[in-house]
Amino acid sequence: METAQQNLEPATDIPHDNRYYLNMGPQHPSTHGVLRVLLEMDGEYVIDPQPVLGYGHRMQEKMAEHKNWMAFMPNTGRMDYAAALPYNHGYVALFERICGIEVPARAEYIRVITSELNRIVSHHLWIGAMLLDMGAFTPILYTFDDREQVLDILEDVTGSRLTYCYFRVGGVCKDIDDNFVEKTRAFIKRQRERFDVYNKLVTGNIIFIKRTEGVGVISLDMARRYGVTGPVLRGSGIAYDVRKNEPYSVYPKFDFDIPTGQNGDSYDRYLVRLEEIEQSLRIIEQALDQLPDGPFLAKVPKKLKMPTGDSSFAVEAARGELTYYLVSGGGDIPYRLKIRVPSYSNLSVLPELCQGMLLSDLVAAMGSMDLVIPEIDR
Amino acid sequence: MPPELLRMIIASVIVVAFVFLNAMILGYMERKVSAHIQRRPGLMEVGPHGILQLLIDGIKLIGKQLIVPEGSNRFLFRLAPLLSFAPCVLPFVVIPFSKKLQIVSMDISLIFILAMTSINVIAILVAGWASNNKYSLFGTFRSVAQAVSYEIPMLLSLLSIIFMTSTFSLQGIVAAQKYYWFILVQPLAFIIYFISGMAETNRAPFDMPEAESELTAGFHTEYSGMGFSFFFLAEYANMFTVCSIATVLFLGGWKGIPLPLGDFTGIVWFMLKVYGLLFVMIWIRWTYPRVRFDQLMSFCWKYLIPFALVNLLITAVVVKLI
Repeated sequence: METAQQNLEPATDIPHDNRYYLNMGPQHPSTHGVLRVLLEMDGEYVIDPQPVLGYGHRMQEKMAEHKNWMAFMPNTGRMDYAAALPYNHGYVALFERICGIEVPARAEYIRVITSELNRIVSHHLWIGAMLLDMGAFTPILYTFDDREQVLDILEDVTGSRLTYCYFRVGGVCKDIDDNFVEKTRAFIKRQRERFDVYNKLVTGNIIFIKRTEGVGVISLDMARRYGVTGPVLRGSGIAYDVRKNEPYSVYPKFDFDIPTGQNGDSYDRYLVRLEEIEQSLRIIEQALDQLPDGPFLAKVPKKLKMPTGDSSFAVEAARGELTYYLVSGGGDIPYRLKIRVPSYSNLSVLPELCQGMLLSDLVAAMGSMDLVIPEIDR
Repeated sequence: MPPELLRMIIASVIVVAFVFLNAMILGYMERKVSAHIQRRPGLMEVGPHGILQLLIDGIKLIGKQLIVPEGSNRFLFRLAPLLSFAPCVLPFVVIPFSKKLQIVSMDISLIFILAMTSINVIAILVAGWASNNKYSLFGTFRSVAQAVSYEIPMLLSLLSIIFMTSTFSLQGIVAAQKYYWFILVQPLAFIIYFISGMAETNRAPFDMPEAESELTAGFHTEYSGMGFSFFFLAEYANMFTVCSIATVLFLGGWKGIPLPLGDFTGIVWFMLKVYGLLFVMIWIRWTYPRVRFDQLMSFCWKYLIPFALVNLLITAVVVKLI
């Protein structure tokens, strides 16, 4: 708890007679959904922030224990609504691993392309939402403009715009066509030009830099202790990415970098995410070039029987490492499905991170974590 | 009825009507400009290009119930919006819209305006305290600290103009700008004044008291219906006042190239300048993120006030020498 004591420093300068509690949420503009943070405040300083979870609890894991494993599939897209395809991916890949199903190469490529597009969409949403938290109203409209382009592309193949249920065990449910490839290439070109707009509007903005630099510094040690993953971890300087460290699907075939920050502050997390969009574009570009022909769905028996035992599968979701852990007692209903979601671990840093912070900084720090509450509550 | 009293009644009716009209124009302008900055059409539904939207909004707000939260001080809670609105109307009495159009010409018009605009702080204080809501109280803390601090550079920058003209009368200041606008000789004072003016009116990026992503809606969180609208009207009236002072002191007031409009030329030029400045305010609001509270304060005390003081000193020396 040594870091906690250090973080408390600024607040100890002022007399502590007037501590009081402030309920931030569950309905609050900057908690994005139904997160409630119980803040013990001293004037403008936050002494002790405690996240209170469960307002969006839907018993996803319990539901998985009560129905056929395939019937649970649509639920996976409803946990992280901002980037649902990696959730699809992890779930189907888990069953492919358990039942030993070979996935056609084309299907793997389609999965990678659509997942990366979904990651970009998620980062678009995040840039807008974080700046909205900090009082800049305009960037969200610009990022949403770009986001719409991708959503249109994804809608063509997946049939939905937000809560996808596109992947199937053994492949994907619909093949991509030339139109998709063309539109995606056009989007890549457009997005590269748009970085210029983001940089002019946000990255170099003096107020934005002042608000985020040195705010919410997650040290390496803190990140390790809480199991932080994703861009938040990479912002602290650890180049850990499931796509590189435990490669799955066809990711090893692509050449891409893992952007990292140095200071672990909110500004680094912003830069990391911005660079991740570029890296995702690179992956998509290469995947489109290499896209093989062939079937997009393997022949899978209608009734899959799971062998007894346990297994897990990890993918890199837009917010970090997502792990499905499944215990099977045979049959077609899982005995237990545990989902390790990235936002939960990322949020758990909050009490330690935000001690002694100003309320405005707490908003900026929380915004930079990119929390999706339904994913945390499940 | 004595003619002076009649004149005052007519004038006050016109002023209040103008404040409402101004809020509607400005509200429309704000929403339309912000929409175009954000690459969307904005208001389009009510009337051509949505020009009647603000009228409909006004009617809606009048029709709404004023909810008084439990445990609040009823009297103060109801008083605060009026306390905020009334002083914002008064500066319009002395603003010189043109050479002839000024309701009362006072020798101390400038001081009168500054005194009236500072009363707004008390209204915010009362509103935040009476609401019995922590977010409101938060907004109030910030607002009072901010308004008190920013009044200093604001007054200092205006003082440098007063040094040059040796009059507090707004007509006198306009008359003093016979050959050139004061912005040409006092650019620093103008910038300092405009920044402090934005902070005074709680406009983004200095909208601490109502920072909605932190404090939901700040001091007017608990207000509904006309209670809210009075704060809204007061904000827009204040913006207009701040910009009209800037116009009078730095941009030559109602003076401009003669137009074939007779006596209306002055009014047209005055309005163009004021709404031009208001456009800049709106532009800034929809471009920048919000600054943090402590940064706001240190910006005021560490940069604005020293610069304003130096500017004032230089002005005093130059005026003395010439």
